[in-house]
Amino acid sequence: MQFSTYSSPHTGHSENVTRVMAQVLLAMIPGIIAMTWYFGWGIVINIFIASVAAISAEAFILKLRKRAITPVIMDLSAVVTAVLFAVSIPPLLPWWLTVGGMLFAIIVVKQLYGGLGFNPFNPAMAAYVLLLVSYPSEMTNWLPPRHLSTHSLDFLATLGIIFGNGLPQGLSWDALTMATPLDEMRTQLDMGKMISEIRHSPMWGDYGGLGTEWVANWFLLGGLFLLWRRIITWHIPVSMIGAILIMATAWWLAEPEANPFPAFHLFSGGVIVGAFFIATDPVTTVTTKKGQLIFGALIGVLVYSIRSWGGYPDAVAFAVLLMNMAAPTIGYYTQPRIYGEQEKKGGI
Amino acid sequence: MNSYREIISNGLWGNNQALVALLGLCPLLAVSNTAINGLGLGLATTLVLLLSNTSVSLIRHVVRPEVRLPVFVLVIASFVTAVELSMKAYFFDLYKILGIFIPLIVTNCAIIGRAEAFASKNNPAKAAVDGLAIGIGFTLVLFVLGASRELIGQGTLLSQAHLMFGEAARDWTIQIEGFKGALLAILPPGAFLGLGSIIALKNVIDHWQQKQTAKEPVVEATPQESPG
Repeated sequence: MQFSTYSSPHTGHSENVTRVMAQVLLAMIPGIIAMTWYFGWGIVINIFIASVAAISAEAFILKLRKRAITPVIMDLSAVVTAVLFAVSIPPLLPWWLTVGGMLFAIIVVKQLYGGLGFNPFNPAMAAYVLLLVSYPSEMTNWLPPRHLSTHSLDFLATLGIIFGNGLPQGLSWDALTMATPLDEMRTQLDMGKMISEIRHSPMWGDYGGLGTEWVANWFLLGGLFLLWRRIITWHIPVSMIGAILIMATAWWLAEPEANPFPAFHLFSGGVIVGAFFIATDPVTTVTTKKGQLIFGALIGVLVYSIRSWGGYPDAVAFAVLLMNMAAPTIGYYTQPRIYGEQEKKGGI
Repeated sequence: MNSYREIISNGLWGNNQALVALLGLCPLLAVSNTAINGLGLGLATTLVLLLSNTSVSLIRHVVRPEVRLPVFVLVIASFVTAVELSMKAYFFDLYKILGIFIPLIVTNCAIIGRAEAFASKNNPAKAAVDGLAIGIGFTLVLFVLGASRELIGQGTLLSQAHLMFGEAARDWTIQIEGFKGALLAILPPGAFLGLGSIIALKNVIDHWQQKQTAKEPVVEATPQESPG
C-alpha cells in the first residue's frame, strides 16, 4: 500500500480576501454591540442601510464595467466599508444621506479608481468627509448615551426618524441630541473654562465621555483580536496611538487645566477605531514596515493638531485621508535595502 | 488648410481648451461656483482672447521669434488691464466677486497657448475667429460647470444674475423648493468632481459619435429597397 507524499512546504495558507474581511467584521461586533447599547438602534439600522446600498452600488458599477459581479461582492470588502462608515455617522442620520455616502464611496472612491486594491483613499472615510463637509448640521446630530438621555427611542421610532417620518410627538432635535465629548470639551475650553470645571458635568466617564469610552474599549478588544489573528500588524496602531499619547502628554504636562489629559484623547471620537480598523486598511496604507511607522505617527500628529488647533472637534477621517495621499511617497522613500546591496550614503 | 468651419468646431468642441487641452484650469475651477460667476469670467476671457489673438496675428511678421513670448504676454496683459478697468467701471459687484481672477487672466495658459500655436501663424481674420471660438468654448464649459455646481450645491440657478444683466434680471433666479443642496459641490472638491464628470461626458459623446461614423458606411452600403 502506498501513501501519497507531499513535498515541502507542508503548511498551507488559507487566508483570502473574504476570510480577512470576515474577520474584520467579526472584530467589529463587540464595538457595534456597545454602540447599540449606549446609543440605540440607529447603529444597527445604519449598518443595514449602508450595507445594502454598498452592495447594490458595487453590483451596479461592476455590471457597468462588465466585470464578474459575484466574486467581488463575495469578498465582503463593500460590507466592511459600509460597516466602518455606519459606525462613523450619527445614529439618526436620514437614510438618503447614508445611501448617498455609500454610492460615493463605492462608485467614485473605490470603483472609478479600479476597485479593491487600486483605490488611493479609504472609501468609508472619503464618504464620511463628503457628508460632513456637505451636511454639517445633519452630520453632527449626535445622541447622548442612554444614561443621560431623557427620551428613549425604541426601534420603530428610530426607524421612523431615519426614514423621514419626523420626530415623535413633543420631541425636538435640541432635546434629543447632545454634543459629543470632544465637541463639548472644545466649546467649553474656548469659553475659557478649566478642565476640572468642565468635568463636573455628568456626561463624563472615567477618562473619556460616558459611554463613548466604553465603545472605544470594545473596539480596542476587536483591534487586539485582529492583531492576534495577524490581519493587521502592530506598526500603524502603535505609532498612531503613540504619537497622540506623546503630543497629548506633552501639552497636558505643560498646562493641565487647558489641555485634556492623554487618555481623553485616546478614548474619545474615532482614535481607537481609526488606529485599528481604518488606518490599517491594507490598500491605502504604506506597505513597508518603516513606512507604516511614519504613516501612523503622522496620522496621530494630524489628529492631535486638528483637534487642538483646527476647525473640527475630531479629525481621524481628515488625518487618514491626508496621509492616504502621502502613502505612496512614504513607501517610495522607505523601501528596505535588498540583501547584499550597499547602503546608500547621503541624501534622498 | 484651416477652414473657418474647422476653426470654429475645434474651438467649441474638438480642441476645447478646458475639456481637451485642460488649459486655464486655475480660474475655471476657482470661479465656477455659480453660473453667473462662470459666465462673467468666461466672457472677460473671450474678449481678451479675441483682442489678443487679433493683435498677435497683426504683429506676427514684426516680432522676432527670440522675443515673441514676452511680447505676447505684454499684449495680453494690456488687454487684461483694459478689461479689468472696464469691469471695475461697469460691473463693479461682479468685479468684486471675481476679484483676483480677472487680472489673473494674463496667466491663463489657454490665451498664450492660442497666441503661440495659432495667432502667430495665421492671418488676423482667422486668428480673430479662432479667439472667439476658443473663448466661447471656454465660456460654455465655465457656464455649464458653474450652473451644475450651483444647482447641486445650493439648489438655485442663475442666482445674482443682476450683477451682470442689471436690476431687471433680479428675478431670473430659479430656486428648487425644499432642496438645500450638497455644499460640497460649491467647495473646491466639487469643482474637480464636476469638471471630471463633464470631461467624461464629452469623451462618452465622442466615443459614441465615432461608433456612429464607423457604422455609417455599412448602413449606406446595404440596399435600400424593400420588396413587397
